[in-house]
Amino acid sequence: MTSKFKYFLGATTAVMIGLSAVAGHADAATLRMAWAQDATGLDPHKQTAFSSLRLLELIYEPLVRLDADLKIIPGVATAWEFSTDGKQLTFKLDPKAKFQNGAAVTSADVKASFERILDEKTGAANRANYLSIESIEAPDAGTVVFKLKQPDAPILTAMTDTNSSIVPASEIAAGTIGTQAVGSGPFKLEKWDPNSKAALVANKDWAGGATGVDGIEISVLPDETAILAAMRTGQIDFALLNDPLIATLVPNEPKLQLNRAPLLAYHVLQLNPARKPMNELAVRQAISCAVDRKAVLDTASLGEGQVTGPITAPFFASDPNSLFCYKQDVEKAKKLMADAGFADGFSATVIAATGEPPTAAAEAQVLQSQLAEIGVKLDIKMMELNVYVDTWLKGDFDMAVALNGGRPDPYTMYNRYWTKNGNLQKVSNFADDTLDKLLQDGRAETDPEKRKVIFAEFDKQLAEKAPWIWLYTGYGYTAQQKNVQGFVPMPTGSLVSLGKVTIQ
Amino acid sequence: MSYVIRRLRAFPLVLIGVSIIVFIAIRLVPGDSITAMLGTEAGLLTPQQRDSLAIYFGIDQPWPVQYWRWFTGLFSGDLGISVTYGKPVLSVILERFPLTLELALLAMLIALSIGVPAGIFAATRNERPADLGVRIAAMIGQSTPSFVVGLVIIYILSAGFGVLPTMGAFTPFWQDPLQNLGQMILPAITLGCAFASSVTRVTRSAMLDVLSDDYVRTARSKGASERSVVWRHALPNALVPVVTLSGIEFGYLLGGAVIVEQIYALPGLGRMVLEAILQRDYALVQGAVLFIALNFMIVNLLVDLAYAALDPRIRLEGR
Repeated sequence: MTSKFKYFLGATTAVMIGLSAVAGHADAATLRMAWAQDATGLDPHKQTAFSSLRLLELIYEPLVRLDADLKIIPGVATAWEFSTDGKQLTFKLDPKAKFQNGAAVTSADVKASFERILDEKTGAANRANYLSIESIEAPDAGTVVFKLKQPDAPILTAMTDTNSSIVPASEIAAGTIGTQAVGSGPFKLEKWDPNSKAALVANKDWAGGATGVDGIEISVLPDETAILAAMRTGQIDFALLNDPLIATLVPNEPKLQLNRAPLLAYHVLQLNPARKPMNELAVRQAISCAVDRKAVLDTASLGEGQVTGPITAPFFASDPNSLFCYKQDVEKAKKLMADAGFADGFSATVIAATGEPPTAAAEAQVLQSQLAEIGVKLDIKMMELNVYVDTWLKGDFDMAVALNGGRPDPYTMYNRYWTKNGNLQKVSNFADDTLDKLLQDGRAETDPEKRKVIFAEFDKQLAEKAPWIWLYTGYGYTAQQKNVQGFVPMPTGSLVSLGKVTIQ
Repeated sequence: MSYVIRRLRAFPLVLIGVSIIVFIAIRLVPGDSITAMLGTEAGLLTPQQRDSLAIYFGIDQPWPVQYWRWFTGLFSGDLGISVTYGKPVLSVILERFPLTLELALLAMLIALSIGVPAGIFAATRNERPADLGVRIAAMIGQSTPSFVVGLVIIYILSAGFGVLPTMGAFTPFWQDPLQNLGQMILPAITLGCAFASSVTRVTRSAMLDVLSDDYVRTARSKGASERSVVWRHALPNALVPVVTLSGIEFGYLLGGAVIVEQIYALPGLGRMVLEAILQRDYALVQGAVLFIALNFMIVNLLVDLAYAALDPRIRLEGR
């Protein structure tokens, strides 16, 4: 072989490898993603399921968003301001913001979107967060003013929700929200075959700048073991995982990386204070003292999470160790039971949803064995999710093992349960003057530090009155190939940072 | 012929019965389309919001009115609109059906091509070690759940060999036969294996029965070769119970194989019905069950016709 020929061969090989690498990269610019549960619909104002929000937040944008530290950052709006009396909230819209149909996002669209949410005919669950809105004004195309009936600090955080996304006024008028997905977010929905596949393409006009990938191809793989297998073979770049048992296997794979973010959602044992003997404070407190929260976390969820008090948002949360009976104390629990006249214990039924969360059955079993120590005999009743939800909403249970959604703002998170006219009073069955007043104060106060003090007291009171036994917060999991970069896990479980993810 | 017509005439009655049972059963289960969509957030709705969502989902009217509306729609080929898919129920079903049909056919093919020869093999070596081996294998195959077989196959392929068929979307056979078979072969094996075991056991015992029949002894004494005795004289008669079993199994498979579809992420009828039940997509559940029932009845009819073809002694009444 002559040296010239060798050189030629070497150069050709190098070029070919280079070309194939380039070709590989061009292919790789589509992020192949998998999740076990698909969205159930496309109406951003109506769909509240976790799985639906994960798809919709890539297509739609609200006025403001949250960052990984739960600070409010620009969305469709670039600036916002409360008036000094707290009764007026003004937004300046991003002049670059455009819908995926090419139209600019204007104040008329914002007004129409919120009016749609407030219209009872829409059936938007998020409407409950906006009852303080008196009127919405659009003085010019780039300004929106919300006039409020009363000071309402949490309303701004509520607006970060994907369920408060801005949709085109024209689509509302045409009645196509829910059948066509036209948002102003980083990706456009190109194709959606429910429970099978979705294709997203980058929105070149996105006001947030260029996306890191050309598109996202989402496959619905209902079995998370299969998701892990598909990632192992390199078929999938990025996946959302629910089951801690599967997630903890990811680090064993050399090519894969597991992302974890502590979530705001909380695992809880809900007692029903409307039923005997849970109407007795001492009994509820006894249950709280008898439960070893860390053991529940370790056994049911492989230690994947943190013991929590009622408030889970880091800025407002108290140190769990400072809360009532957060250290298991069986003797104290027995004494409280005896004081309440239940030295021999009692029997109760606890409901839990099958597979939702995946840890529900295990949690119920651990609680069953822990409460047996103070003579409380729990009968576990597992239910299909929808049956569970129906039973839960009617408040038709002695106790319930639940995974309830968390919110960045304690008022938005808890007014539904612990204010006297909360929408879910029927579920909590617990009205208390102190809790009600603390929540109202926290709503009206705009100074973050003062709010922190108010909610710390609320946290303490709620743990002590023990209508529910807060257990732990888990992690939100995503798994990715190591060449995927730039993903930021969020405490809300949001995948919105996929807008900036790149494939190396 | 008149037998077939008489059977066909009974179809509508059975279908109406099925539709009423499904209609009531799915509505008796607590929870509705609204709680399915909103989960616990449904508790935040005002009564008026709930009412307008009920109208949206078509569950605002009393049951008899809902049923009548749906039933009269049937005559114009309208099975209603699926709220999850935002499409007519019939088109959603027809999109999923090719996959289910192909999977059922492949699984049957695998099951019969393993099960029938294995059954004959065991029967002709009755109580010898080879027979025992086949029976043990069949026992294991029958008692291993398909989710175990499926997950083990997936694990071995992905962890041991680093390969796995494309999962998630389905490529129809006519679009790309190779990719299609690549996707379907593992699920078909998973389904086929379990069924092959039942086929083996039934073939074996039917074969043993037939082989001890007089006409087989006659054939032997006339000097027919062992091969001709087994395959020409005995097998056709031994196949009657196998056809019955296969017919029933095929009918079930046409209703979708939920677990296998779930593991291999195949968008077939089984998963579609499961999701529809979980989502309380009433129109889709009703339409799909009706469709599955119809398939089942057609397969049953074909099985009865096959009896007559296999065994001339069987006369279908009315012929």
